[in-house]
Formats: sequence, C-alpha cells, structure tokens
Amino acid sequence: MPLLYVAQSVEGHLSREGLREVAGLLGITTAEVEAVATFYTMYRLRPTGRHVVNVCTNLSCALLGGKDVLEAAYGAAGMRHDQDASEDGAITIHEEECLGVCDFAPAVQIDFANHDRVTPDRMAELIGSLRAGEVPAPSRGSAPESFRGACRLLAGLEEVPA
Amino acid sequence: MTFEPRLTRDWDDPSVATLDGYVAKGGYEGLRSALEEEPGDLIQLAKDSGLRGRGGAGFPTGLKWGFVPQDTGKPTYVVVNFDESEPGTCNNRELVERDPHRLLEGTAIAALAIGCRTAFIYVRGEYLWQALVLQRAIDEAYTRGYLGSGICDSDVDLDVVLHRGAGAYICGEETALLNSLEGLRGQPRLRPPFPAVEGLYDCPTVVNNVETLMNVPDIVVRGAEWFRSVGTEKSPGSKMFTISGKVERPGNYELPLGTPFRSLLEDAAGGVLGGRSLKAWTPGGSSTPLLTAEHIDVMLDYESIAAAGSLLGTGAVMVLDESDCVVEAARRMVAFYAHESCGKCTPCREGTWWAMRVLGRLEDGYGREADVPLMTEMGGNIMFRAFCALADGAAAVIESSLEHFRDEYQEHVRLGRCPFEAVEELAEAAS
Repeated sequence: MPLLYVAQSVEGHLSREGLREVAGLLGITTAEVEAVATFYTMYRLRPTGRHVVNVCTNLSCALLGGKDVLEAAYGAAGMRHDQDASEDGAITIHEEECLGVCDFAPAVQIDFANHDRVTPDRMAELIGSLRAGEVPAPSRGSAPESFRGACRLLAGLEEVPA
Repeated sequence: MTFEPRLTRDWDDPSVATLDGYVAKGGYEGLRSALEEEPGDLIQLAKDSGLRGRGGAGFPTGLKWGFVPQDTGKPTYVVVNFDESEPGTCNNRELVERDPHRLLEGTAIAALAIGCRTAFIYVRGEYLWQALVLQRAIDEAYTRGYLGSGICDSDVDLDVVLHRGAGAYICGEETALLNSLEGLRGQPRLRPPFPAVEGLYDCPTVVNNVETLMNVPDIVVRGAEWFRSVGTEKSPGSKMFTISGKVERPGNYELPLGTPFRSLLEDAAGGVLGGRSLKAWTPGGSSTPLLTAEHIDVMLDYESIAAAGSLLGTGAVMVLDESDCVVEAARRMVAFYAHESCGKCTPCREGTWWAMRVLGRLEDGYGREADVPLMTEMGGNIMFRAFCALADGAAAVIESSLEHFRDEYQEHVRLGRCPFEAVEELAEAAS
C-alpha cells in the first residue's frame, strides 16, 4: 500500500503504467495490484488536479449543509460533476464519506488537510485561493503543497515535520 | 455530579503532546510498573478492571488478551485499530492529536501482557496530520528509550510500526483491518479462527481500539478499583462521546458510563441547535438503531442502551431535530453502506444498493404503497445475513427508522413528495 502512494505521488493518480511498475517491484501480477488499488478510495484511478478537495456529505455534515458546500465547490471551480478536474488543472472535487471531524461539521479536506465548519461562501473562497496558486492554512496542523505532496507524506517519503 | 476527567484531564495543556510534557504529568509510569509485573498479572488486572472495548462491540479487554495462546512458537502481535470511520465518530482523532504518548504507553502495556515484540498501529489514511503527530511521538519514544531495544532499561524489546490505510470504512472491522495491514483488499475473514489464534500473518493477534488502550496506563498505576469507581457495575469507567449534528456545541465529551443522554445533550452540548426539539438520535454511530425523544433519559452504558433497543457502539451521537426528515437521513446513511460494502456477501452488496434506491424513490416523491412493507422485508433480509456487521448497520437504520417513524414514510407515499421539503420551500418563499 505505501508503494501505491509512491506511484500516485508521481502522476497524481494510478495509471496502468504505475500499477505495472508496482507489480514489477513486488513480483506480483498487475491484476493483484489493481485489485488493491480499486478497493480504496484514496487511490485515484482517474487523473487529478493539483489539489484534491474532499467534501463530506455524510449525516452529521449533511444535517449542517454539507451538500450545499459540495455544490459551492463545483460552482467555484467551474466544474461539472463528471469532470476529473477543473479546466485550469487546479482542482479535483470528491464527495466524501465521514472524515472523522463530525465535531467541526461540515468537514472539508484539501489534500487531506482539515478545514472545519466550512460554509458555502468559505468553500468558494478556499477554491479561489487554490486557483490563485495559494495553499490556504488548514484548521489544524500544516497543509501539504499539493495532492502529490500529500501522497509523498502518505508514502512515508518525507521526514516528519517538527 | 462531580466527575474527574480521566482521558481528557490534560487536554488543556498542549505540552502533553510532547514526551517531556507527558512524562511531567506522570506519563510512562504505568509502563515502568507493568515491566515489573508478570504478563498473567497484567491480564488479570485488565479483567478485574472490567474495561470493555471502546470500538463498538464492548468486549472485555482482559478476556481478549487472555485468549492469546503463548505456546504456538509464533510471534504474537498487538494491532491498534485507529481506523475510526464510523459515521459520527471522532474521539480517537482528538485523543491522539492531544495526547499521543498515552496511546503508545497503553499499546506497550498490552504488548507486555501478551508477549508481543512488534505492535502495529493502523491509522485511516484520511488522518494524514494525526498520523504525523503519532509518528513524531513514536520517534521521540524511540530516541528516549521508551520503545526499541531494552525499553525503560529493561531487557524487553518493543517495536511500534505505523501503517496508513487508504480510505475504506470496512477496515475498522478487525479481520478486514488485518488483511489491509498485510497489503490486501480490506475484506473480512471468516471467523473462526479468531484473530487471537490466527490473526496477522496467521499469528496470535490482539486488535484493540485507541480509546481502550488509552485507559490502560491509569489502570496499571491506580488499580482496578479506582477504574471501577465511576461508571456502572457492568460498564465501568468513563467513555468518550462524540455528539454532532443539530446541537449547539458539537464535540467530544468524556462522561462516566451510565450518564443519562439528557445530560450529554443539554449540559455538555448545550441542547438542540436553535432551541428546536429533539427528534431522533444515534447512540453509537450510524450503525446503531435510531432512538427518539422518548429515550432522552436513557443512560449511556452498554446495558441500558441495549434495553432501549439500540447499541452503545462507538458512543457517537448524531442528533436530528424536528425539521429533519428521517427518510432522507436513512437514505443518506444507507447510501454510505452501499458505497462502503466490500462486495463479498450478496445480502450486503445487493441489499444496501437496492435499499438505497427504494429510499431515494420515497424521498424523491415516487414512492409506492408497497415500498414501506418492502423496506421492512429488505431490512429482515439483510440483518445477520452477512460475514461481518457492516450490513447489519444498514439494516439497523432501516428497521429502527421504520419502527419509530413509519408514519413519516407513509406520508412520503401519500403526498408524493418529502413533507419537509415543502416546509423548506415555504420558508424560502416567505423570506
């Protein structure tokens, strides 16, 4: 599983070539690797933008307007629901299941950094910052520079920041 | 009622997230004491304390440790379940953010109890930053000799390995978690054999929840009697409750087991949002049957919640107020199970998908007279028909919402629309 994050950190998603590369390194078949890659939602099989925005619409978030936040994200990014990424390549949007921050609902993650109690207006602001090339400060912790940067952290390729 | 917080007592002090801060508060004293004890005595202590697994099932922790055979010639493993994915649940996240060393200490003591030399912590992938906090704590503990070879100047070696998941609710189920830890698809395994006998890499394994293990250091230092001094006879100790949804102050609150729900809702969380009235709530995450306003004085412990017809689960309370539609909430929850079903068992894979479709039809105004009995039948066909409890969670939503809110379902059919949407539209038109 860490190797899949490594592969994803290179291309922003897992391409056929990436899956074959991982299979070769592990000495197993591409089908075995693909079986794992397709099981987990954090492995992306379609191309992603520079940043991946996850919006939770599970119950606690939905009760407090999570669906509206999701729509605001699509609106601000100028995206249809069936698009992999925004035209400028900055944003991919993903409707998420429970992100484990129900105490700060509605919950949003940008490259897996948490943004708490996000309103539709705030969502539009966040998307605006991302499209302008900025990385907004998360509610807790620090933010990866990009989705690929987040994958490098997930793969354990980078030192733990102090 | 005066209750001295246990797991959350140092939450106001950010320094406890560091090793020095934790040690200054008496941290790792439990591990030092445990190193003086025989493993059998540690297991007996856990049994005497009555500590029960906080991850949902409430299984006695000491009993679980005691099931691990010591004569197989294989290594034994402690695996920490930090997959926390049950909708509505986020106490493990905050416990680790604020006090990561308490988890490492509890893990180390569990390892001593079962003779484990390598422990694993399985963190859900979405907890990117929390895993970094934990990895930093692990690194610190190695540097200072609390982990690694010869921990605390003893002759015991202990390694702790952090493993990240990649987004799958089912990996909170312990056998699915073990498959995922081995690098496979996270699908549950047939039991028996139970993990205690054949778990990780077919070796004897204990899987414990984060909150469970964080109770262990204090039990070692202060004893089983102290632990039992709060809570109830069969549900001793305190529990973390996450309350979210329509409340004034959502958050994680630590309360003695046996606290009335009213106290969590009104005293801790400030009551229902905007002074509205309570309609329904989940006592332990979306997998536990819904309760209603009638149950406001039910006590929050394993036995009382079971007597009320639900389960304490993870202690994750999600609150719906009078303006929320139960059919829509059920649709949303069942859609979650349909998405997260691992696909192994037909009743779950197909049943959750079909239930989601029928609930969607009802909510969107295309429901038929026959849909309400159909939902009842589907709930019955899903419950207890699959390998693991994921599908039971979906069935619990269906059955409990029908039990308490059948009229609301029928109103959807009669009107040919969601009765609550009309109210919202009128409110919008008026504003």
